[in-house]
Amino acid sequence: MFIPHTDQEREDMLHAVGVKRIEDLFEAIPPKHRFPKLNLPPAMTEMEIMAQLQDLANANESTRDLACFLGAGAYNHYIPAAVDNLLRRGEFFTAYTPYQPEVSQGTLQAIFEYQSLICNLTGMDAANASHYDGATAAAEAGILAYHHFRGKRNKFVLSPAVHPHYRATLRTYFSGYKNIQIVGDENNNSQVSTSDISALVDSNTAMVLVQYPDFFGRIIDYSKLAEAVHTAGALLVVSVNPIALGLLKPPSTFGADIVVGEGQPLGIPLSYGGPYLGIFATKIDYIRKIAGRLVGESIDGNGKRGYVLTLTAREQHIKREKATSNICTNQGLMALASTIYMSLLGKNGMKKVAELCYHKAHYAAEKINAIPGFSVKYNTTPFFHEFVVKTPRPVQDINMHLLDHHILGGLNLGDYYQDLADHMLIAVTEMNSKEDIDMFCDVLAEVDHE
Amino acid sequence: MNNPADLKYTTSDEWVKVNGDLVTIGITDYAQSQLSDVVFVEISVEVGDHLDKKSVIASLESVKAAAEVSSPVAGEVVEINDSLSQNPEIVNSDPYTKSWMVKIKIESPSDLNVLMDSAGYEVYCKDRSH
Repeated sequence: MFIPHTDQEREDMLHAVGVKRIEDLFEAIPPKHRFPKLNLPPAMTEMEIMAQLQDLANANESTRDLACFLGAGAYNHYIPAAVDNLLRRGEFFTAYTPYQPEVSQGTLQAIFEYQSLICNLTGMDAANASHYDGATAAAEAGILAYHHFRGKRNKFVLSPAVHPHYRATLRTYFSGYKNIQIVGDENNNSQVSTSDISALVDSNTAMVLVQYPDFFGRIIDYSKLAEAVHTAGALLVVSVNPIALGLLKPPSTFGADIVVGEGQPLGIPLSYGGPYLGIFATKIDYIRKIAGRLVGESIDGNGKRGYVLTLTAREQHIKREKATSNICTNQGLMALASTIYMSLLGKNGMKKVAELCYHKAHYAAEKINAIPGFSVKYNTTPFFHEFVVKTPRPVQDINMHLLDHHILGGLNLGDYYQDLADHMLIAVTEMNSKEDIDMFCDVLAEVDHE
Repeated sequence: MNNPADLKYTTSDEWVKVNGDLVTIGITDYAQSQLSDVVFVEISVEVGDHLDKKSVIASLESVKAAAEVSSPVAGEVVEINDSLSQNPEIVNSDPYTKSWMVKIKIESPSDLNVLMDSAGYEVYCKDRSH
């Protein structure tokens, strides 16, 4: 065990603060809570503990054991073995991302490649080295918009078809700000169109947040909305699924100013909700207001190519309380995982994954729509790999029945939208075989006849 | 350091040129030399804005620091120097003429009374460099 202080040093410190014993420092805590007796079982050997933990782990049902049709922001994709192998190399696998250019060219180059790939995928000019996850990236976009208008515009318009957790996180980030109006999704009603959103945009609006494909899987053309947002002088923020961008036009083509998103589908395991990867990219105009780290390419004293943190004056260690955001933490290792994933797949591989998701989801939607009692909602709007199904019985009942057949059913939308009771959000990826989908439909068909 | 005699100076290193009720504000030679290469200038006020004394009028970033410029006077913004955002380096090369930042119609001329003249500012700078 590493003990940084000698007894003498401790004595000196206690003397300096004017107490006799370390215990005296805890006088403010009521005595009965001060040194609680821990009710722990007798010590076990490592082997015994591993066996016990394995038993606990075996009680979980994972997507390895189940056919998974649950998505809603986190998706079950195939992760090539090379991702984990490269990720665990000692040069990368550290607790804290090293940024000193003298010793960290590998890490810095990997981050630079990550940023470049994200820019390619989104059509934006600059991407940062990532945020925690899609929700915090969306919230940071709100903070950027607030600072871009120097707090003079205080209305934030959120489409209800943005992930409910992202909207909640944005509200949390803004909880310390004064006089902020967050509108558009107050009624938890899914039936809000882009023209309804558009109607809320005025000269006091800082930003409009939409999702692409939206939370219900729909692919919506936001070009008209983008025009309205820009006419009002506001910023359009688009939250994306990066896998969908293998197939869809990048958000830059319809006027996004900031693109955020959840990077988990890019080679990061579901892992019960994290660690994930927050994608954040903008047009060049907002580069000085981006939070977090940015890595740039430069030349060193010998004229050789090198990588270095750049535009650091915007960060909080220099700008202090005047910085756009206090967040500098990023998901360096997860960004690296996504970089390896995208590099392995390449442009054509990314497109292929997206196509597989798209076609399998459409096969599933068509089959489910044909089951008596079930119907696909919004079936005139194009969708990617997720869709909403009206169910004949409460979603939780159906999901219990599916679980008996080793199938993980879709999200119960009634938990998030008052008008979507008995509606299930179903996700299909390349991991779902035709047999899985057929079995899923067979079990759903049984549900109706119970 | 070059501190023109026809200007007035603040303790936060802005210069002020007074012309009737119109004042022009920028940052001093000393300020630009302390910041080193300025890479970004953002004027954070608009024409027509009403400013209180000490309001922030611009943000600067250099290769090693970030700084804010504030107005020593209260009044209305009548003109801003848009060209600075395109050419931030002129803050270093020409701090007193081309890189003026904001012109303000002053409300209360007494705001100017606390400002230093060039001799006073020179002493003020010298004291800090020791």
